[in-house]
Amino acid sequence: MSNPTRAPAPAAGGRAATKKELPEHFKAYKHVWVFVEQERGQVHPVSWELMGAGRKLADKLKVDLAAVVIGPEGEATRNAAVESFCYGADLAYVVADQVLTDYRNESYTKALTDLVNTYKPEILLLGATTLGRDLAGSVATTLLTGLTADCTELDVDADGSLAATRPTFGGSLLCTIYTLNYRPQMATVRPRVMPMPERIARDPGRIVIHPLGLVEDDIVTKVLSFVPDRDSAKSNLAYADVVVAGGLGLGSPENFQLVRQLAAVLGAEYGCSRPLVQKGWVTSDRQIGQTGKTIRPKLYIAAGISGAIQHRVGVEGADLIVAINTDKNAPIFDFAHIGIVSDAIRLLPALTAAFRARLSPHSRDRIAS
Amino acid sequence: MHSVVCIKQVPDSAQIRVHPVTNTIMRQGVPTIINPYDLFALEAALELRDKFGGEITILTMGPPSAEDSLRKALTFGADRAVLLTDRFFAGADTLATTYALATAIRKIGQEYGEPDVIFTGKQTIDGDTAQVGPGVAKRLGLLQLTYVARIGALDLQARTIEAERRAEGGVQVLRTKLPCLITMLEATNQIRRGAMADALRAARAEIVKWSAQDAGVEDISKCGLRGSPTIVKRVFAPSPRAEKAALVEAAEQPADALIEAIFKRQPKLEADLATLARGF
Repeated sequence: MSNPTRAPAPAAGGRAATKKELPEHFKAYKHVWVFVEQERGQVHPVSWELMGAGRKLADKLKVDLAAVVIGPEGEATRNAAVESFCYGADLAYVVADQVLTDYRNESYTKALTDLVNTYKPEILLLGATTLGRDLAGSVATTLLTGLTADCTELDVDADGSLAATRPTFGGSLLCTIYTLNYRPQMATVRPRVMPMPERIARDPGRIVIHPLGLVEDDIVTKVLSFVPDRDSAKSNLAYADVVVAGGLGLGSPENFQLVRQLAAVLGAEYGCSRPLVQKGWVTSDRQIGQTGKTIRPKLYIAAGISGAIQHRVGVEGADLIVAINTDKNAPIFDFAHIGIVSDAIRLLPALTAAFRARLSPHSRDRIAS
Repeated sequence: MHSVVCIKQVPDSAQIRVHPVTNTIMRQGVPTIINPYDLFALEAALELRDKFGGEITILTMGPPSAEDSLRKALTFGADRAVLLTDRFFAGADTLATTYALATAIRKIGQEYGEPDVIFTGKQTIDGDTAQVGPGVAKRLGLLQLTYVARIGALDLQARTIEAERRAEGGVQVLRTKLPCLITMLEATNQIRRGAMADALRAARAEIVKWSAQDAGVEDISKCGLRGSPTIVKRVFAPSPRAEKAALVEAAEQPADALIEAIFKRQPKLEADLATLARGF
């Protein structure tokens, strides 16, 4: 389990240099696993993003890629397993039981830990969602192995070890973390950090069914109810095609509505940089960056955001980054594709009006006439 | 009831600077703060004490200077503070950290009474892993409620607690047994202004300082760098993008000029945007 605030080991004479051969009992650990997260019948897209990343690791290691599906008996769980083959799985492990209908730490930890102990993967990847982080921490501690959170890059090095890279110090630096001499090597990746692989229709391969070995009475924690979010847009920010976000350059909480207005005209989601959440101007579910959401929209407009690395790592996957900032030396101009040195407070309303005119279904008629 | 609140002293990340040549963190002069997420945990514990009485013990692992954060936590009204400090703990990753904290929490139970709830923040702002809370729960064999937005009914006789937990796409209402470990979600409460009496008490209070041995650590090889399965092999700065942003310069009609630049670069966007805009 990584604590990236630690200093790196010295290059020579440190633990990295003294790496010994993997203990005998870990040599049986082979293959790459991806935990396919499904809740209430829905597979979280991060699972397929991880399958894409896992496929590359498995190919490099010349091993299999397995999907791990845990959930209630029935169609949803079976479909998730079948679907995993279309995203590159060579086989799937399934634990299906009615007591797994709702996510609970106890039952899911047992299911995943038992699978690992039985079938011994060398690498296990999970999405860094609330569910994935809850589960990964428990499983790694139970197995007494390493877990690297929120990776932005996964690779295997020459000796087959997982090199997991993640931002550290709020994204000011990147660090590469190894799990030495323990298996499996575990890592989580946040939604949208890895690209979504193409879905290729394929017949399902081998599906291994494993029993849970728990009954409801064994599980202490009970789910009393589940209240779905009314604001369905809440979870859409990460997956939106167009995002407009504001930062401290907006000057006041009232001016944040300029961001919302532009977003509304574009059919976009709105977001903000970390300082606005810390100031309480915007709720944290709208934060974009290393400690908020990672986005990969076709168009991202950043208004009055300076572009700290913490923000940059959350938006780099966007196809087109447009920056509006009064400071021509702001770091955001180092990674935006298009920039304009301008006061967002004045430019945003003009931009909203101009987009509205241009995108209105009647605008073409008007131009034509 | 007895709550233990785990906190971490972290550098104020807003003020972290990276040395441009050596790529190392320039720690000198960077002020330290209590990890902001931990304050939601502390306030949740204070609210439970308001209702049910009892005591709050603050626990941190860190260098001797972490005492500052413990005193700060006392000013908000916590009853006692324990500092776990020992060179054997240095270089711990999250797995080794959970071993040390869990050991210390057992010792706290022996010395000051078994805790009913152990609180942590949802994550720290320097490590950002969100792994220590679940790890401590697992080490202690406790049930965990992570990302808790609200604590509901708590029955000290029946030993049950209800909580609203943020899940993907909704809120899970859960009931579990005490003792348990709760990681609090941010922005779920606001840390109170400490009373003057607490500020005075905090300044004079004796901070309990435990070495690994004092805390009851039996296996030193599970602590610090030696007890850490992970290793940070390389730290480096993100590579800069080769090209800088193309700047749009237009004194008149800058909005139109910007839109032209956008559609010129991504011609397909206009059709996409028109479709999206119609959807709203």
